[in-house]
Amino acid sequence: MKRAEILQDLTARFKQDIIEVYDKSSNRVYVDIQPEALVPFARYIFKELRARFNTASAIDNRMHMEILYHFTIEEIDLLLSLRAKLNRKKPVIDSLTSVCQAANWIEREMYELFGIRFKGHPELKRLLLSDKWPKGVYPLRSDYKEWDKTAVRDRGVK
Amino acid sequence: MKKTIIPIGPYHPLQEEPEFFALTVEGETVVDIDAQIGYNHRGIEKLSELKTFDQSTFVIERICGICSTSHPFAYTQAVEDIGGFTVPKRAQYIRTIIAEGERLHSHLLWLGLAGHFLGYNTVYMWVWKLREEVLDVMEIISGNRNNYAMFKPGGVRRDIKQEDIPVVMKKIDKITPTLKMLFKAVRDDPVLHARTKGIGVLSKEAAIDFSALGPTSRASGVARDVRKDTVYGAYHEMDWEMIVTENGDVYDKVVVRILEMLESIKILKYCFGHLPDGEIDIHIKDIPPGEGIGTHEAPRGETFHYVRSDGSNRPVRHKVRAPTFMNLPTYKATVKGESIADASIILAAIDPCYCCTERMAIIDPKGRRLFNGTELVRLSQKKTDKIKQKLGVEESPIEKLLQGKL
Repeated sequence: MKRAEILQDLTARFKQDIIEVYDKSSNRVYVDIQPEALVPFARYIFKELRARFNTASAIDNRMHMEILYHFTIEEIDLLLSLRAKLNRKKPVIDSLTSVCQAANWIEREMYELFGIRFKGHPELKRLLLSDKWPKGVYPLRSDYKEWDKTAVRDRGVK
Repeated sequence: MKKTIIPIGPYHPLQEEPEFFALTVEGETVVDIDAQIGYNHRGIEKLSELKTFDQSTFVIERICGICSTSHPFAYTQAVEDIGGFTVPKRAQYIRTIIAEGERLHSHLLWLGLAGHFLGYNTVYMWVWKLREEVLDVMEIISGNRNNYAMFKPGGVRRDIKQEDIPVVMKKIDKITPTLKMLFKAVRDDPVLHARTKGIGVLSKEAAIDFSALGPTSRASGVARDVRKDTVYGAYHEMDWEMIVTENGDVYDKVVVRILEMLESIKILKYCFGHLPDGEIDIHIKDIPPGEGIGTHEAPRGETFHYVRSDGSNRPVRHKVRAPTFMNLPTYKATVKGESIADASIILAAIDPCYCCTERMAIIDPKGRRLFNGTELVRLSQKKTDKIKQKLGVEESPIEKLLQGKL
């Protein structure tokens, strides 16, 4: 299938779930989707379109907790990013581990750095932060405050 | 049978960097594994949000000491993707040269360490001696042996001087025969075959499920290489081959890396021979608001950078995904069912098995003559042939692939 056909097929297949398609350039497409539709959407891309799961990246944009799931369809050189916007107060979304193993670690990382919960993740525990790190403090959230008063920091950081 | 947990790490002589592995074993067989990382977590993503786009390039360069170009390569592409900037051709070629030089020295470093881990210190010394030559080339081009500081959003910082090119070409030509000699030694060694063939097999399905990258996936028959899959740098302007093998065991991963080095030399030579004239920088003034993604095939697989800008001079969010983040979890698939002795091999340096011909000094009783290096190599190859006949190493398709290359 060619690029245009794949995009047309996707928009037709997941008509109710897609909020917006942003066709940025010849090899970058961003698709805003309903968070509930993530798993079937991702499963279709991963299994049927034989995409590769690159990674996911979360952003706290002060209104929403935003997650971008990046997939590469190698045959047509297309990087497809699914964007799901979650409630900032209580960010919850289904886990992608049922679709592919590759999502396991990145979801653990987002869980500890952003405090996003992934429903159905087999072992949602810390990946990177030390055991000393207090519970409920998420370093990449926009309202993060330095908690360790003894730490020696770069002059640029307050 | 009773289950036992064997801890490896966080600090272990077989590991280059701190990681912790809890191996659950039944007798000699590994039944489960849990990897814990984070001992090297430095918060670079957060740090990058506090630096300007230009400063970030330098921070990013220091993520990894071995592949110090891969991260800036992906990052600068991400920043250029935000505004849709096009980089001049000469800069693309220089970027490609730096990236391939790095792949060469990174694979050599890995081979040397692998030999060292196995106690074959001869390999360690030989390979690292060769690696010095590659680092010299990098020093001539960039002024640095590591952390080249060549990249910036919009181009490169430093041009390659025309008079340096013959010097560099001569050095690269000198590297090739030594590389091939070393590779032949690997191919001939029956001990290496015995220890690596059929060990730590990553199946094609698992490689796809884990979205494994780089040599790890290519050794399992998944033809996946960012340099071929997307258009960036100067990779699409020349002929080179993506090395893919089918078995997915440790031996195949060694072969993929070895043959990739020869392809890197091919790419380097083409780039130096066809370096176009022109600008090396487009002098980007402002980064518009938006988001961008950059990818680059690092020696270990695809490096992925996501950058979001709000129109100020700092990134709002900078996500870094290194290839090992995807490759490390594949241990869960490769190590299960193997014996503990093999587990440490699979774990220690992904696929560290490598060995080389023994080196010895022989005095001819008549002439009292000490053999020189070439003769010693020839002698040890003769010896390997003898062992090979004794043990009977059969020719497999992968052997034939190697035969054609060397």
